[in-house]
Amino acid sequence: MAMLSFEKKYRVRGGTLLGGDLFDFWFGPFYVGFFGVTTIFFTALGTLLIIYGAAIGPTWNLWQINIAPPDLKYGLGLAPLADGGLWQMITFCAVGAFLSWAMRQAEISRKLGMGMHIPWAYGMAVFAYVTLVVIRPVLLGAWGHGFPYGIFSHLDWVSNVGYQYLHFHYNPAHMIAITFFFTTTLALAMHGSLILSVTNPKKGEPVKTSEHENVFFRDFLGYSIGAIGIHRLGLFLALNAGLWSAICIVISGPFWTKGWPEWWGWWLNLPIWR
Amino acid sequence: MLEYQNLFTRVQVRTAPDPGLPIDETFGQRYGTGVFNYWAGKLGDAQIGPIYLGFWGIVSLLFGFLAFEIIGLNMMKSVGWSPVEFIRQLPWLALEPPSPEYGLKILPPLAKGGWYLIAGFFLTFSILCWWIRTYTRARALGMGTHLAWAFGAAIFLYLSFFFQPLLIGSWSEMVPFGLLAHLDWTSAFSIRYGNLYYNPFHALSIVFLYGSVLLFAMHAATILAVSRLGGEREIEQITDRGTAAERSALFWRWTMGWNATMESIHRWAWWFASLVGFTGGIGILLTGTVVDNWYLWAVKHGVAPQYPAQNILTTEQLEALRGQYAGRLQNGYPTYTMPAPAAMDSTMADSTAIVDSTAAAAPTGAN
Repeated sequence: MAMLSFEKKYRVRGGTLLGGDLFDFWFGPFYVGFFGVTTIFFTALGTLLIIYGAAIGPTWNLWQINIAPPDLKYGLGLAPLADGGLWQMITFCAVGAFLSWAMRQAEISRKLGMGMHIPWAYGMAVFAYVTLVVIRPVLLGAWGHGFPYGIFSHLDWVSNVGYQYLHFHYNPAHMIAITFFFTTTLALAMHGSLILSVTNPKKGEPVKTSEHENVFFRDFLGYSIGAIGIHRLGLFLALNAGLWSAICIVISGPFWTKGWPEWWGWWLNLPIWR
Repeated sequence: MLEYQNLFTRVQVRTAPDPGLPIDETFGQRYGTGVFNYWAGKLGDAQIGPIYLGFWGIVSLLFGFLAFEIIGLNMMKSVGWSPVEFIRQLPWLALEPPSPEYGLKILPPLAKGGWYLIAGFFLTFSILCWWIRTYTRARALGMGTHLAWAFGAAIFLYLSFFFQPLLIGSWSEMVPFGLLAHLDWTSAFSIRYGNLYYNPFHALSIVFLYGSVLLFAMHAATILAVSRLGGEREIEQITDRGTAAERSALFWRWTMGWNATMESIHRWAWWFASLVGFTGGIGILLTGTVVDNWYLWAVKHGVAPQYPAQNILTTEQLEALRGQYAGRLQNGYPTYTMPAPAAMDSTMADSTAIVDSTAAAAPTGAN
């Protein structure tokens, strides 16, 4: 049914992160657990609030449904429900659901005797989200600085906030973040291709070995980082993409209010040029 | 409960460097015998080299070097051959494509875009030779050619920045060679065509880009988390499933209800990474050729709401702006106040005026 052929021996009840017997069971393929219940609670509530927001909004057009943050005049206070209060509650639910999900990952990792890499990695994505909708708005003094929840409205926000700083590509942390995004994708393409090309070799050839993996990249580039190394590198690159994304937006406003092209003036005015 | 998470290698083994599996060395050979580097060994494999260099590799490096030199020397010339100013202004320096009046002229004057076209040709040739290398190196070891085709998707995106100007009929659309210059181009190109955020293929490309990062974080973290069980030996786990593969599959099954396998996760990886370039290239090829204003396109198809119209330009003004993406003044650094092209003067005065929104659909006929 919902169990893989080898799954039964791994489904061992006993112990959650909080101890005791808090929802320590499976539902279909899912493990439930205490944090599964909190995840469902926050997700269901947040989703219903979004649907409610759409219902009192001007459109059911999926692309245009928009849950906007409060007006700047409300500062860091609570806003009326229809005027950004929904956004505040949905944000609260989202953070609750994301943290529950991370705890759930930790619980499942522990049950399977695995390291804690996955919850920590996921934590970086949550951190980037919290930076956008909590840390930066708090630093700027108004929830209205969060981004709106909507498919195209959040793109408008990205575009508009970018041009508030004249040209966001000149933000040095944004440059670093984009470089990490592209490099991660390059590394992922190289790693995925390598594994597929070794296990799906030229017609008529037997499956290749890990020695082929290393020799291919040494022939091709002069260096092969190796089987364990590529996963360390991949995790490092991916997490840095998230980290620098968070940095690039949190410095825009709280720590730099002019256009980003101007920031580069320090380089042109270094004393060494004289 | 601080545990060993296998983020760095604690014990490094030293033996003779691996010379590599035997290959046919008729048309090229391996150079070097391989050396060990302690810090490389902390993160991954300690051995650096040997490297194979054959005909296509050498040709590729040669033409890549020529392109690099042409770009660098043109930048050097633009600061009056001053080495200090070259370093100081390097982020702002650029080799720009020909200006719009040259259209698709094969070789405009060297100083007015000719060098740009030559450098672009050499760089493209270099990249294509490097593609051949990805193919032949895999085949030399009897492996599949998956890397070559993934690289092909990236080359498709690169070449779409050549074919789009070709379809438009002007080299001036092409991306300048320069650090900040190509960023200027990106923004100006986006604005000229009504904000690329409304381009659905641009959206897809970003989805796959973010998705690739998400996938690599998920996959890499999973493998590291089962590395004490030998999870990084993926070939063995694919051909003869072990407990590492079973646990990593069950982790995602229990977390999100379903899972990839040790092999299929790499297919997900390959597709996500390749589709970044493939969808991105389609988005570029459609821009300015099929769709002239992505915002108006999105409004027309009910995707974006209609906002009050601003900065209404006539078709002639838009035409004059095409290709005017860069070309900042030499003494203009680092200011962002680029002098506006003459064609915009008539519209600058009322750029903030709210115009009747029904007029928004008028200026462009091509969408």
